[in-house]
Amino acid sequence: MKRSFESPITLLGARALAPFIMMFGLYVIFHGHYSPGGGFQGGALLAASVLLMRVASGSKTSSLILSNAVTTPMGVVGVLIYFGTGLLAMFLGGSNFLDYEGLPIPGMSPYYLRYTGILIIEVGVGLAVMAALVLIYDKMADGEVSQ
Amino acid sequence: MMNQGLKWMVLLGFAGLMGWGMWGLPDRGDLDAPMNEKTTITGTPTPAAHYIEHAYKEAKTPNIVTVVLGDYRSIDTLGEVLVVFTAGLILILLLTNRRKISALDGGDS
Amino acid sequence: MEMFLANYAYAFTLLILCIGLYGMFFKRNLVKKVIGLSIFQAAVIMFFVSLASKMGGTVPVKWDEIPVEMIDGYMNPLPHTLMLTAIVVGVATQGVAFGLLVNIWNRFKTLEEDALNEAILEDSRD
Repeated sequence: MKRSFESPITLLGARALAPFIMMFGLYVIFHGHYSPGGGFQGGALLAASVLLMRVASGSKTSSLILSNAVTTPMGVVGVLIYFGTGLLAMFLGGSNFLDYEGLPIPGMSPYYLRYTGILIIEVGVGLAVMAALVLIYDKMADGEVSQ
Repeated sequence: MMNQGLKWMVLLGFAGLMGWGMWGLPDRGDLDAPMNEKTTITGTPTPAAHYIEHAYKEAKTPNIVTVVLGDYRSIDTLGEVLVVFTAGLILILLLTNRRKISALDGGDS
Repeated sequence: MEMFLANYAYAFTLLILCIGLYGMFFKRNLVKKVIGLSIFQAAVIMFFVSLASKMGGTVPVKWDEIPVEMIDGYMNPLPHTLMLTAIVVGVATQGVAFGLLVNIWNRFKTLEEDALNEAILEDSRD
């Protein structure tokens, strides 16, 4: 799993296709309010674009896209965004945990406060799911012993 | 260890049990099924009816599934994100530094 | 015949459940058993989502032509919500299962069930 696939056709196809998959994944996350989609599906699409490059061109070359040292902190940041919104609503706003009407953004009616709260949460979920799926592949490729 | 006959009996017994259970389900899409009711026994609306009716009024979001996942049941979604992240952490613990350890042992196993 | 036309979704779900169980019981390689488990999981998710449908109802996304006061126009949103997270959790669980299989291969150099049982017995003897 660490060497590249050794075929120039596969490499050219993956290099042409991966940016579009990543852009479509971002579209699915941010349009989760108006059409079926949301955080979990968008995170899986983003992970699919990174994994396509890792399979086609080997682990060393495609660590330029997303290096090994960045993946775990990205997952932690995703979970922290989710928790941080909940605690922010509790301590600075005066309502219960994860009740978005207490978010301290000035000048918004309560309906749009809930809208913004759901949007921030979907971004956090997408980051955490993407980091977990890329981490599974990376650690399995590390664990193989070349014979 | 278990012989093939016992395995076939368990498989066919499971299929028969599931088939007998699915025979008693209501027709798919029936409007009188207990799944699609609008009020409970005591007169209050069921959760599904309440979520469909009040989702747009309270959050100005057309997608009802996202409102249920992110606003009405947000603590459950927090638990799911923690489960996915824990699966990633388990793999870090299982599969690191194998080449270093086997080199220290002198190439054992 | 009418009973079959009304309930064909349940019959196909039962078929896929039996295929997954067959893979888990009768195959000796460990990777094939894990794949049988994942087929079983896909069948359970499909069963849950097919229970939520209504005759004459549409996807639970608000549309301007069907007002939300008419509850019979939209499908039940709760099973869709629960199965959305179940799919991603299932993928993470399969990742952990394959990580355990990589460790077994590194330690015992075999993945067949019979040879693995004998290797574990020999290993615990000395």
